[in-house]
Amino acid sequence: MTTPLVEMKDISISFGGIKAVDHVSVDLKPGEVVGLLGHNGAGKSTLIKILSGAYAMDTGEILINGEKATINNPRDARTYNIETIYQTLALADNLDAASNLFLGRELVGPTGFVDDDAMEAETRKIMARLNPNFKKFKDPVSALSGGQRQSVAIARAVYFNARILIMDEPTAALGPHETQMVSELIQQLKAEGIGIFLISHDIHDVMELCDRVSVMKNGKLVGTVDVADVTDDDLLGMIILGKKPGES
Amino acid sequence: MDDQAKSMMDKLGLDARLLGMIGALVVIWIVFGFFTDWRFLSPRNFFNVSVQTASVAVMATGMVFVIVTRNIDLSVGSMLGFIGMTVAALQVQWLPSVLGLGHPMIWVIAVFAAILMGAVLGAAQGWVIGYLTVPAFIVTLGGFLIYRGAMWWVTKGQTQAPLDPVFRLLGGGAEGTLGETLSWVFGTVAAVVALAIMLMSRRRKATHGFTVKPVWAEGILMAMAAGLIMAFVWIMNSYPIPRGAMRRMTEARGIEYTDGMVWNHGVAIPVVILLAVTIVMTIIATRTRFGRYVYATGGNPEAASLSGIDTRLLTVKVFALMGALTGIASIIASARLNAVDVGLGTLDELRVIAAAVIGGTALSGGAGTIYGAVIGALIMQSLQSGMASVGVDAPLQNIVVGFVLVLAVWIDIVYRRRAGV
Repeated sequence: MTTPLVEMKDISISFGGIKAVDHVSVDLKPGEVVGLLGHNGAGKSTLIKILSGAYAMDTGEILINGEKATINNPRDARTYNIETIYQTLALADNLDAASNLFLGRELVGPTGFVDDDAMEAETRKIMARLNPNFKKFKDPVSALSGGQRQSVAIARAVYFNARILIMDEPTAALGPHETQMVSELIQQLKAEGIGIFLISHDIHDVMELCDRVSVMKNGKLVGTVDVADVTDDDLLGMIILGKKPGES
Repeated sequence: MDDQAKSMMDKLGLDARLLGMIGALVVIWIVFGFFTDWRFLSPRNFFNVSVQTASVAVMATGMVFVIVTRNIDLSVGSMLGFIGMTVAALQVQWLPSVLGLGHPMIWVIAVFAAILMGAVLGAAQGWVIGYLTVPAFIVTLGGFLIYRGAMWWVTKGQTQAPLDPVFRLLGGGAEGTLGETLSWVFGTVAAVVALAIMLMSRRRKATHGFTVKPVWAEGILMAMAAGLIMAFVWIMNSYPIPRGAMRRMTEARGIEYTDGMVWNHGVAIPVVILLAVTIVMTIIATRTRFGRYVYATGGNPEAASLSGIDTRLLTVKVFALMGALTGIASIIASARLNAVDVGLGTLDELRVIAAAVIGGTALSGGAGTIYGAVIGALIMQSLQSGMASVGVDAPLQNIVVGFVLVLAVWIDIVYRRRAGV
């Protein structure tokens, strides 16, 4: 049995007395897509923000490749090759695509100054792969369409050789064509051995793209199941009623 | 025809906002020139306006970063006064009693003290804003009152004068310039460097295979850059030094003064300081990680911190930089007046904020340029000098400047909406 890429064990975090995540354990293997399902406020985004370094957990531990990891901020997460595509995309609207792609990890020349031309050249390369129609390299990302903005956020995660990828509602703002593109990308990354946490509340997406699904409700983990073993209705039952398939 | 002009502008790569500001400046100069028998367009007046702009413009470059990160600094005028008074007392009372009057290190110590003091005061404010999360408006409003009060305590309200003779040169005046020859050298070097930078950038873009401007457009821009620099030097070198000052200067240099002798001012030292600050701040804004993070944080603070940017420390740095620039501005302002009284810097915070805003810095954060703020300061000073020279009295001057500020921001809002940025 392979060592899981990520193990999040017994994670808890509270905000002002409310247990947003309550003793939750999930894991992720290389080349696997694990869906996180649940209503709004179920705690999926919060759980994942602990892994990406945006929040510090109260209790629990995170293992990466079987070794205990210390993730106190987004920079730490990046050193473990954890990349996140946030639901809000987390783009600085006033900057162009290249500046956003390299935000926090700018390419610098030999003199230590930011090398915008090199960053634009790299951005053009990765965009040619991800979204060949993308042409607005000079404009601030506020001038881009929803799909184009999404592809900038995806490019940022993919460019830096993520081994663990977190996607928070990656298709929520997309049209059918772009959703298809994201699906293909997920398959491709999976084949490269990248582990993906996919947060969604769309059961069809999850059934199609994921290998396993962890369902959360009110901050607690309802259960983790293989997609092959369950039906849409089973998942719905887990989300709404918080009971595992087979339970009555 | 309109389309043709527009596509030409696109090829030149000049943005409409910059052209608009320069246009406004030219209109102001011509209007005031007309009402003053063209005295407003004399080398003498340009020299004076350039010197008077320096102090506020230096601070305005720092205010760009402050406002871009969605903060405000209301304390810079009071801080300028507090630093000015402290450094003046240092030169007039404390250092002479330790080192002896006229010691050559006095001005060096004074300059360092001013910049350091500004950086420390600014960092302290930034720390309260960033780490204790008290809004910048309140923290710097507190600073506004505190520094003005502290300024009084330094000398119990006593005016400090005269300042160290070398320190005084940093404020301009007949002696505080590069002189004719050095000004030409300065202008030539500046023009060569500007052209070299433009050529290098073009070559770099070409090696990456990006489209570059057509050769004619690049040529026009280069000619304009070199032309502007040399024209400025030429104007500064056309303003003769008055006789009294000439006698003093010739005597100091052991040259015999004759009636036919004409020396011209050349570029004033505060203007050289301003240019240096403008270039350094532009490099920080566009070519350093720190600058990139300033704009990213202003555009989307959450995205910035999710990208691993420490936005609290960034706030401290931005305010420390603002403080250091206020220190430099304080040197210029006190040296120019050769005295510091308790009123030094009064209302400067509003001039500085107005300059940054007229220069296109958005109070909503994320947008603003260094050159814009400097031109904004120049527009403000031109308006004020112009009105003074046609005999508009002070209260009316304030009314006009107030209207212009609101008008400028409204035009900027309309422009942004049209341009969709």
